[in-house]
Amino acid sequence: MKNLVLKSVLGASALVLLATAAASAGTLDDVKKKGFVQCGVNTGLAGFAAPNDKGEWSGFDVDYCRAVAAAVFGDATKVKFTPLSAKDRLPALQSGEIDVLIRNTTWTLSRDTQGFDFPGVNYYDGQGFMINSKKLSGINSALQLSGASVCVQAGTTTELNLADYFKANKMQYNPVVFEKLEEVNAAYDAGRCDVYTTDQSGLYAIRLTLSAPDDHVVLPEIISKEPLGPVVRQGDSQWADVVRWTHFALLTAEELGITKANVEELTKSDSPEIKRVLGQEANTKLGTDLGLTNDWVVNIVKAVGNYGELFESNVGAGSKLKIARGINAQWSKGGLQYAMPIR
Amino acid sequence: MASQDITPVGADSAKVSLLNDPRIRGYIYQAVVLAVIFGVGYWVVNNTIANLQRAHLASGFGFLDGRSGFDISSHPFTNYSSDSTYITALYVGFLNTLLVAVAGIITATFLGFIIGVGRLSHNWLIRKLCTVYVEVFRNIPPLLVIFFWYSGVLAILPQARQSIALPFSTYLNNRGFFFPVPVFGEGAWLAGVAFVVALIGTFFVRRWAYKRQMATGQQFPVLWTAAALIIGLPLLAFGLKGFPLTFDRPVLGAFNLSGGSLVGPEFMSLYLALSFYTASFIAEIVRSGIRGVGRGQSEAAHALGLRAGTTTRLVVVPQAMRIIIPPLSSQYLNLTKNSSLAVAVGYPDLFAVGGTILNQTGRSIEVVAIFIIVYLSLSVATSLFMNWFNAKMALVER
Ligand SMILES: N[C@@H](CCC(=O)N[C@@H](CS)C(=O)NCC(=O)O)C(=O)O
Repeated sequence: MKNLVLKSVLGASALVLLATAAASAGTLDDVKKKGFVQCGVNTGLAGFAAPNDKGEWSGFDVDYCRAVAAAVFGDATKVKFTPLSAKDRLPALQSGEIDVLIRNTTWTLSRDTQGFDFPGVNYYDGQGFMINSKKLSGINSALQLSGASVCVQAGTTTELNLADYFKANKMQYNPVVFEKLEEVNAAYDAGRCDVYTTDQSGLYAIRLTLSAPDDHVVLPEIISKEPLGPVVRQGDSQWADVVRWTHFALLTAEELGITKANVEELTKSDSPEIKRVLGQEANTKLGTDLGLTNDWVVNIVKAVGNYGELFESNVGAGSKLKIARGINAQWSKGGLQYAMPIR
Repeated sequence: MASQDITPVGADSAKVSLLNDPRIRGYIYQAVVLAVIFGVGYWVVNNTIANLQRAHLASGFGFLDGRSGFDISSHPFTNYSSDSTYITALYVGFLNTLLVAVAGIITATFLGFIIGVGRLSHNWLIRKLCTVYVEVFRNIPPLLVIFFWYSGVLAILPQARQSIALPFSTYLNNRGFFFPVPVFGEGAWLAGVAFVVALIGTFFVRRWAYKRQMATGQQFPVLWTAAALIIGLPLLAFGLKGFPLTFDRPVLGAFNLSGGSLVGPEFMSLYLALSFYTASFIAEIVRSGIRGVGRGQSEAAHALGLRAGTTTRLVVVPQAMRIIIPPLSSQYLNLTKNSSLAVAVGYPDLFAVGGTILNQTGRSIEVVAIFIIVYLSLSVATSLFMNWFNAKMALVER
């Protein structure tokens, strides 16, 4: 009830604001004027976005927010985080509460045409199922799940894929749908459902938070494509470019072997490619054409490292999640990550 | 009016400016205010629509006939699937809201009346128990009561494989309460007909008995006759057709019980919480209603020779009802609105389903508008009904 009232009041005040708001300038100018990037992230998904024991936000998506701040301000700390549930994330972006949403959000046609733009894919994922292997010992395939109760979060692509998958395989199921991640986790942990479904990366992260993580297994089937990436409002191509090329800069840095540790040194490199990317070419305009400074890539890598470093420290070998690079490897290593040329 | 009376009739009166006539001036002021309100309203609406469209925020209700794509766990009375439209999904949510609200209102009313009367009991223990109930439930936020029931239900009840078997092939586990559903065979329609006949019969018996009592003072056991008719007649019809009835019983499957029907823990906890919470307020209303009837009323009734039970039924309660009904309406409205807390335990009410649609389609303004319209209509409908009921119960002055 309170929620409803709150939303109605917010809706009403949003209407009043909308009634009076003059056409605003581009997001990049707004951000520069404000002095920080307001970034929408997950409410708490280990490895992607979660407050650590010091109360600081950390994770793969969080570092992407910092990279954008570093690109704009040369200072990765000029960013503020807004934790958003699956249901609230897109309205928050639409209403201008945040400047960019980096929160394991799947790029789909309907979202792309609802007034959003997806500048890139920072993590290629797919939907999977997790079960308690102690309680359901005979089950080793998702095709054995007919009749199961399935816990799922409202307002996700997960909810839609789930319906399609069971229908396509002529299986019955009972969806148990919650709005908040903690509610889904608690219900699954309490045995309200037999199965938990979401993006596979999410399953690994959630498994760590359960009361007995080792009892749970992720089934082998991947039932969907979940290209996760940053989202911006449609119709502001300058800001979309900043976010897109921040992503490409992280990838390019990995390709060229530019790391957090050696970036300073490499600014003196003789390699034309490295010189161009790091803005050391004479009379370069690459950075300023983007609306940034010419040393924007140096700032990004100095602050957070390159794509590979981000991956390994947050979700890969250097983290508790231990997710393999898999299809998120560079294109040259058999993966899907492919940066457009910075030139 | 008064000003006209004292206006002297004569040459002067025609010269008095219209603006000085308080009545005309009143009209002018009102017209100006109205024009300003409409003007500002028009400006706000127009500007809002323009800005919303520029922000890709509102583009009408056309999306409602698109395919929803998601499943809803509980959709009684409708054949909903992921192929149904968004509007069907909203309808399912609306029915779920209605279901929990109506069930909650009925239970809360019964419980509230019992506890309210209990607080006036001469028995010390009953009185104290009822007081404790009211004080506890009235002072806990309803959301906590819902969580209390939900986690209570989930924590205490066993997993599906260790279901508690209850009489009549019913089972209880943390997935809900499972019960057999009757499947009527051929010829069962006769029982239905018999039931309707019994209802009509009861109505006439009652009318006849009332008339006779008015005329002769003799009483007739209407209640017993009605019970015999309503239960006996359909049973007899059923027997004639050889009891064409089977049951679809729940049986244990790989994950859960299948077959039969079930009431899930989401509905259960929401329903119990709303009923228990609202009952505490209704109890207070009932208590004050009964207290509000003057002592003299029952003393007079006793003096006339009416017994205690009859006094309560015929003298105290009808008068108390007049005090009880208006505040009772607000409680019903509160319960209906509180049912939107369902989202916390994953019960697919209008608010939860609408929220999902909002997210899948991005039509926040439209969906919020639907919320406002539906909850407003529900409240207005409840109010109208209660006003009608109140008028029926009101003192008939002769
Ligand atoms: N990629 C999917 C699902 C993303 C999603 O919301 N996943 C859930 C489960 S891993 C989540 O992160 N929830 C966190 C929250 O709502 O706070 C989408 O974009 O719809």
